[in-house]
Amino acid sequence: MAPVLEVAGLKTHFFTRAGTVKSVDGVSFHVDRGEVLGLVGESGSGKSVTGFSVMGLIDPPGKIVEGSIKLNGKELIGLDEEGFRKVRGREVAMIFQDPMMTLNPVLRVDTQMIEAVTAHDKVSHKAARERARDALAKVGIPSPEERLNAYPHQFSGGMRQRVAIAIALLHRPPLIICDEPTTALDVTIQSQILAEMQSLCAETGTALVWITHDLGVVAGLADRIAVMYAGRIVETGAVDPVLDTPLHPYTSGLLGSLPAEGEPGAPLRQIRGSTPSLARLPQGCAFAPRCDYAQADCLAQAPAVTAFPGERGVRCHHPLNLAGVAA
Amino acid sequence: MSEATLPTAAAAPPVEAKEETPFRRFARSFFEDRLATFGLGLFVLIVLLALAAPLIAPQNPYDLASVDVMDSRLPPGDVAGEGFTMWLGSDGVGRDLLSGILYGLRISLMVGAFSGILAAGVGMAIGLIAAYSGGRTENIIMRIVDLQLSLPSVLVALILVAGLGKGVDKIIIALVMVQWAYYARTVRGSALVERRKEYVEAAQSLGLSHARTVFRHILPNCLAPVIVIVTVQTAHAISLEATLSFLGVGLPQTEPSLGVLIANGFQYMLSGKYWISVFPGIALLLTIVSINLVGDRLRDVLNPRLEK
Repeated sequence: MAPVLEVAGLKTHFFTRAGTVKSVDGVSFHVDRGEVLGLVGESGSGKSVTGFSVMGLIDPPGKIVEGSIKLNGKELIGLDEEGFRKVRGREVAMIFQDPMMTLNPVLRVDTQMIEAVTAHDKVSHKAARERARDALAKVGIPSPEERLNAYPHQFSGGMRQRVAIAIALLHRPPLIICDEPTTALDVTIQSQILAEMQSLCAETGTALVWITHDLGVVAGLADRIAVMYAGRIVETGAVDPVLDTPLHPYTSGLLGSLPAEGEPGAPLRQIRGSTPSLARLPQGCAFAPRCDYAQADCLAQAPAVTAFPGERGVRCHHPLNLAGVAA
Repeated sequence: MSEATLPTAAAAPPVEAKEETPFRRFARSFFEDRLATFGLGLFVLIVLLALAAPLIAPQNPYDLASVDVMDSRLPPGDVAGEGFTMWLGSDGVGRDLLSGILYGLRISLMVGAFSGILAAGVGMAIGLIAAYSGGRTENIIMRIVDLQLSLPSVLVALILVAGLGKGVDKIIIALVMVQWAYYARTVRGSALVERRKEYVEAAQSLGLSHARTVFRHILPNCLAPVIVIVTVQTAHAISLEATLSFLGVGLPQTEPSLGVLIANGFQYMLSGKYWISVFPGIALLLTIVSINLVGDRLRDVLNPRLEK
């Protein structure tokens, strides 16, 4: 079966005065029907820009310079504005990080939901309102009929994120891009929302691209994982093998810096240095200056993807844990 | 109704705003200031007087049959030939000044309101388009705005009215042409901030059209500063119209606004017949001051940074 989303060689660059920022520089991945792909990386690794590229929401000075984005087999790159508008919301929806910011503060919830329905379906106001109410009920909002008349500020953070999820689900899109939707929530709400999303997606067969920096969330939610660094996917594979036996030193470093890994009281480990400027990437492997295992060839030449069985891939000259993959 | 039990009441706003609608909170905050309350009261009174002019004015200054030249230049308090007291005196052709002012207020307020609303509409649309489209469109629009704002408004209005001719509609067109730029600049400023906010991206990600995103989502979030400017610019429009009329290029004698009345009395000032100019002048002053008092308070109330 064809994947819901197939991204190949995507390059999204931002042409700023300081130079060309290669936020996404040759990213390829696919998401199958009903699958959850965790897109993991630090701030500035290009994971959000990848999501926005799929939505066609890259504003100047940004531009998709190369690559292909196929949604349900249909090429999105090169679509005109109206063509993209028809895709957004109906074939792919997006849930954003901060639910305090993504609902318009001056419009009532019903206004915002009804217009989301009527943007794609020519239905009556009443029918649209009923759909909105059902969607709210589905995401676990009590007394949805009354809550429709409320303004966003009358909801708590978790409830607002549920509203945002309900809006994303209105058209039952086959794919939802979630840009750190639980990062701004506190931990108990976070786990509720995660469970909610998981069951909703299982029910409707919706595929998710879950963009996050939180490996803990990905471990519990995703089927597959793609680790991004400096605009490229450096490691990809099914969740458990990647987290158990990371091939890329960066993945290994991320896992090592999780607080749960260390002894209580011991200093937390971290990856030294910080993400490189995407306007001036080093010639070789972008991670080499921070890598504990870097050798001469890492600085000279950027590594290509090495594929392993089970849809596993790594972009590294000297992968770790090779024994684990063979086993 | 919307106060239905929310399981996560912990995140409720610190101010217990259960019964208080946003409008009520706004009203309470507005009336905390006595001067503003006075200003609003005065303004409402002036508007009511203007609206009721045909009912309460002793004389219809438009009806030439009721005007007697023998009554001209009577001092305040004298009795007219027809038997009613001219509390504010009469002007050079025998019109009762109180009646003239009441009818004049009608015209002045109407000109102010129409030009204020039209200029706000035109200016907001242009400002929003500038902010949303960005790039060259924005640059061209904003340079025109800069150009417009760098020219003295009286001068521009004078030239426009000289070209267009006399009449209420011409004056309103001229005032809109002079004032739209203020709205455009302000709205663009707020819209630039708003369009970077996530709810705009969220609206776009739902497949809403550009027009809908701009006018339904961004515009309402830019309204607070516009409301303040509407008051200030309406007051400004009224005084600008009076200025033009005073200079003789505004409204015709047949539709005497406050500015026309002041101009009519100007020639008598030195001969001691002060009232012909001064009373319309006071009426104009009170109108503008009352609007400005309201505008000042609105600016404080609607400014989130001044919130306690």
